[in-house]
Formats: sequence, structure tokens, C-alpha cells
Amino acid sequence: MSLSQRKSFSVFPAIQFIIIIALTFVLSVNSFAQEATDDTTSVTSVIIAPPTNLLVEDFEYDDGEKLNLIWTPSIDDQPQVGKVTGYQVFRVTNDDVTTKIAELMPGANNFTDQELDKDSTYSYYVTAIANGAEASSVTTSPISPQREWVNFGLTNLFVIALIIGGAIFYFIEMGKRGKKLFVRKIAGLEAVDDAIGRATEMGRPILYIPGIHDMDDVQTLASLTILGRVAEQIADYDIKIRMPVARSLVMTAARETIKASYQAAGRPDAYSDDMVSYITDEQFGYVAAVDGIMVREKPATVFLLGAFFAESLILAETGNHVGAIQIAGTARPAQLPFFIAACDFTLIGEELFAASAYLSNEPKALGALKGQDVGKIIAAAAIIAGVLLETVIQLTDSESAATLLGYLRQAFTT
Amino acid sequence: MNRIGIIVFAGVCVLFVTSWFLKGSVGDATMTEGFLITLSAFLTLAIMSFLYKDNPYYKFAEHLFVGVSAAFWMTMGFWSTIVGNLIPRISDSLGAWFLQPKGEINYFFLLPIFFGFLLLMRLAPKGGWLSRWPLAFIIGTTAGLNFVRYLRSDFINQISATFVPLVVDWQGFGHFFGNLSLSATGPLVAMVGNFVIFGGVICGLIYFFFSKEHTGWFGTASRIGIWVLMVTFGASFGYTVMGRISLLVGRLTFLLRDWLELMT
Repeated sequence: MSLSQRKSFSVFPAIQFIIIIALTFVLSVNSFAQEATDDTTSVTSVIIAPPTNLLVEDFEYDDGEKLNLIWTPSIDDQPQVGKVTGYQVFRVTNDDVTTKIAELMPGANNFTDQELDKDSTYSYYVTAIANGAEASSVTTSPISPQREWVNFGLTNLFVIALIIGGAIFYFIEMGKRGKKLFVRKIAGLEAVDDAIGRATEMGRPILYIPGIHDMDDVQTLASLTILGRVAEQIADYDIKIRMPVARSLVMTAARETIKASYQAAGRPDAYSDDMVSYITDEQFGYVAAVDGIMVREKPATVFLLGAFFAESLILAETGNHVGAIQIAGTARPAQLPFFIAACDFTLIGEELFAASAYLSNEPKALGALKGQDVGKIIAAAAIIAGVLLETVIQLTDSESAATLLGYLRQAFTT
Repeated sequence: MNRIGIIVFAGVCVLFVTSWFLKGSVGDATMTEGFLITLSAFLTLAIMSFLYKDNPYYKFAEHLFVGVSAAFWMTMGFWSTIVGNLIPRISDSLGAWFLQPKGEINYFFLLPIFFGFLLLMRLAPKGGWLSRWPLAFIIGTTAGLNFVRYLRSDFINQISATFVPLVVDWQGFGHFFGNLSLSATGPLVAMVGNFVIFGGVICGLIYFFFSKEHTGWFGTASRIGIWVLMVTFGASFGYTVMGRISLLVGRLTFLLRDWLELMT
């Protein structure tokens, strides 16, 4: 064997050995690295940061039944990371009973606990939830909800009510002192006298429909106020009035109203409870009955004043069909188109509420109407100012305009 | 009833009975189901016959509807209001007798009972005046509570909602006229919309202003206000009529599919 041959023999096993060692090392390192990476993944998927800065404070201006919770979400609650799958809010009462009170979506940072007892104390903690892991915030100190007697958050409402109320009282006082309070003509109400006169001439009854809502609707109240005035004229002319109603309380109130009107007209003997009759609370049952009354009794005049819904067109169309002169009015925007289409005169929205004042011509009612006009002036002025400020901000990016607008919005937001 | 009336009535009876037996004997339907579908169809047609003129069939349907619904609402009122809401709050034993779940006793609920009895006093010959007290209570509380509610929702919040800019996304006249577009999201349409809102609200307010005669510029603004209202009512009319047409389609579908089986 030559030296070179011996050399080659001695060199190759050494290289092979080194390569094997190197490969083993690389593979082992790689394997360890893989394990380490897996470990890291596993550790980061189960360990999440808890929500922090949990703050519990009394809910402002309530009856002592609510507490507000605010916290900073977990730092692992980010759209890119997406580890946190939600939050759970826990309440601990003063007798150490812990209750889960809410499950919230990721990103949540506040919650209002309601229906609490102001004589108890409550602590809270919030837990961030991930897949198979959770992390809780620190439990807060015990706190009781407080009852506030005055809601200062509605100061602006109070001031505006005071201004409008003050204006109403002012105009009532002016009216009482004999100052003539001007109110413009309302076309629909100008026709009331003619409509009642027509019924007298034709010898047919007057049908008065006060809507289908109960006495807790302002429109029904307005309708009954107008009824008082209309019934007085009816008593004067000795005509028959027919008033089917859909609510028992409205029946009672309407009977009282008509009775008082007949007494005021000096005709208490002509009053009868049968003038007002209860039909049914069911909307379309009531409509079917009133339609029947219309076609059978053929009233000369139909008053449709109050809160109406889907029945408005059916009633107005039947009244039109029997040839009655119809005076309608409602504050429901969706039903006004049907009255305008099918009736002779329509009181739109606030005209219904103004009608009673207009008809009575009494200082109290007229003063209230004029006081409400002051409210409209305030509204118009505020809207013009707000629109101008918004426009200036768009044109100039003025900070002072933005500040002013902020104040204005605050004054007209509740 | 004249002769024609008798013939029509007999025809209706024959049709009713025929329909009842046919609907009740087809497929899995029972005679009760056949009767109910036939009755529903008969009542639907009876009510619709009012479009021709008032007639005995309409009167029958009307009286049936009124009677059944009045009884239903009275029963509902008793079981949901008196038994469901009132009794469990004033008496455990009475609540248990009516099979109601135990409620929290609150003797303030004796007040509505008292007012209820006062209302019934109008039936008494001499105590009728007492029924005015609960009415006064209802009307007074309604007016007071609604004052705050309407002042907030229909007045104050509406005012701030009308603070709209008359120019939108303004970057000078050149940019505005250079990029004129009728796109619904473009500045031109937004500005026109805001002008209509602002002008419409102010003119509408003027229309409802009662302390000044509507003459001169005030009258012009008032007329614009009523035009805005009428355009709004027109749109609302069309929208609601579409809803009513769908109700009619629903009824016709019942007649043609469920009753006559002329469509699938």
C-alpha cells in the first residue's frame, strides 16, 4: 500500500466522521429549535395579559340602581393579534357571592351594571378570555350606587321649559288683563261652524270620532277639548251627535265633556249618555262598526280628530262616500296624507293642538298657544345659528365657530 | 227579506256547506279545518262586499267581529292587567288562587284599585261626580309626563339634528364646478339635501306660527312650508298604499290558494 493510498484511506473516514458529526449537530440543533419554537407558540397562545385600570363609578343621575365599569382592554386584544376572544364581567356582593354578569365581545372596554340595590356594596373584576386561557383584572374596592335627587344633565331641558312656560304664563296674564291676543285664521276650524250649520239644515247627525288611542295620548286630549266646543254648538242648534269610541276611558271622558257642554249651553235636559258609545278596543272591529254607522245613519258632518293609524283612510273614504263634510286632524304624519286626500279640511299636526285655543278664544288657551310660538322662534333661531356655524366650519375650519357650535349642540341635546 | 234576498241567502248557504264538505274531505283535512277555512273565506268576502254597498252579510261579519273582539279585549284586560299585574302585587293567597307566580307585594297598587272603584261610581245615582277624580289624575299625569317626553324628542333633539352645513367638502368654486356630479354620495347632492332640510324646516316652522298673519314674505315662506309638507305627504301616501296593496295581496292569496286552491 502506497503512502498516498494510506493517506486517502486515513483522510476519507475523517471527513465522513466530520460530516456525520456536523449533520447530527445541525439536525439536533434544528430539532431543538423546532421544539423551542413549538414551546414558544404554546406559551404565547395560553398566556394573555389581563385587562387593566378597571374603574367603577356611580352612574350619573339615576335612582341608585346602576354602576359604570370602565377598563383598558388587554394588550393582547388587538385586531392583528386576535388572541382575546372576549371578556367576562364578574360582580362580588358584600356577602362574597360572585356572579358572572356579562360576556362581552373583544374590544369591549365598558359595561353598565343595572338593577342594583343602593344599600349594598359591589366589587367587580373583568376577565379576558382566550382559547384555553384567561386573565383577570384586579378586583375593585367595594362601592354602592348613589341616588341623585336632581338630574343636572337635563339643565338645558329645564331652562328651555322655563322659557316656554314663562312665555305661556306671560301671555295668559296679558290675556286676562284684557290685551287682545292675535291668532291667525286656521282654515279647518273656520269650517266648523259651517259644518255644524249644514247638519242642522239637513237634519242629520254629526259623527265625532276621537281616534283609537286612550286618554294617555295628547291627541285624544286635544280632540276632547275640541269636542267640548263643538258639543256646545251642537247643543245650541239641537242636533244629534253620535260618538263611537274604541276605549272605555275615552267614553267616560267624552260623556263628561259633552255633558258639561250641554250644561254650559243651558240644555242639560237634552244630554244623553247614549251619545257616546263604546264599540271595541280592536282597531279593525272598531272601523267595521264605524263604517256601518256611517252608511246607515248618513251623518251630515264627520269629525275625525285624534290619533289615527291604518284605519284613517277607510274611515275618511267611507265618510266621503256618504257625502258628509269631513273635518279631520291628527299629529301622525303617516296618516295625514289620507285625510288630506279624502277630507274637506285637515288640521295638520300642531293645528290640532291649536284648534282648541282658537275655538275657545279664552285667555288661558290662547296664552298657551302664543307661548308655544315663542318656542318656535327659539327653534328657528337655534337652527339658523347652528346651520351657519356648520357652514362656516366647512368653509374656514374655524376653531371658534367649532367651539360655539359645541355649546349650541350641548344646549339642544338631551 | 225579499225574494231575491232569499235566493241569494240560499245560494250562499249551499256554497258554504259545499265548500265545508269539499275542504273537509280532501287529503288529510278534517271537517273542522274545512269549516274554519270556509268561514274565513266567507267572512273575508262578507267584509269585502261593503265595497258594493251595505248588506246583511257585511252586517253579520261586522257584528261578529265587534262582539268577539270586545269580549276578547275584556278577557285580556282582566287576565293580563288585573290578574297578571295587579293581584300578585297585593295578595299572595289571591295570586296563588289565580295560579299566578309569586310577586313582590307593593301596597301602592291599591291606589289603582281605589281609582278603578271611583270610575265605577259614575254608575251610582248620587256619586257620579267621584268618577271625575281618576279621570283628572289620568289626564294630569298624561299631560305632565308627555310634556317632558315631547319637549325632548320632538323639540330639543330635533333642533340639534337640523344643524347641517350648507356646503359640504368645500375646496373652492373651481374644484366644486370642476367636479360636478349627480352621484348620491357626492357633495352636490349632499348640499342640495341640506338646503332642502334647512329651508323646509324653517318654512315649516313659519307655517305653524300662529301669532302673525301669513302675508308678505312671511306668507310666501309659509306657502313654501306647506308645499314641503305636501310633497312629504305625497311620498308617504305612495309608500303606505304600497303596504296596503301587499295586505290585499295577502288576502287574495288566501282566497285563491288556501280556499279555492286555484294557485300553488
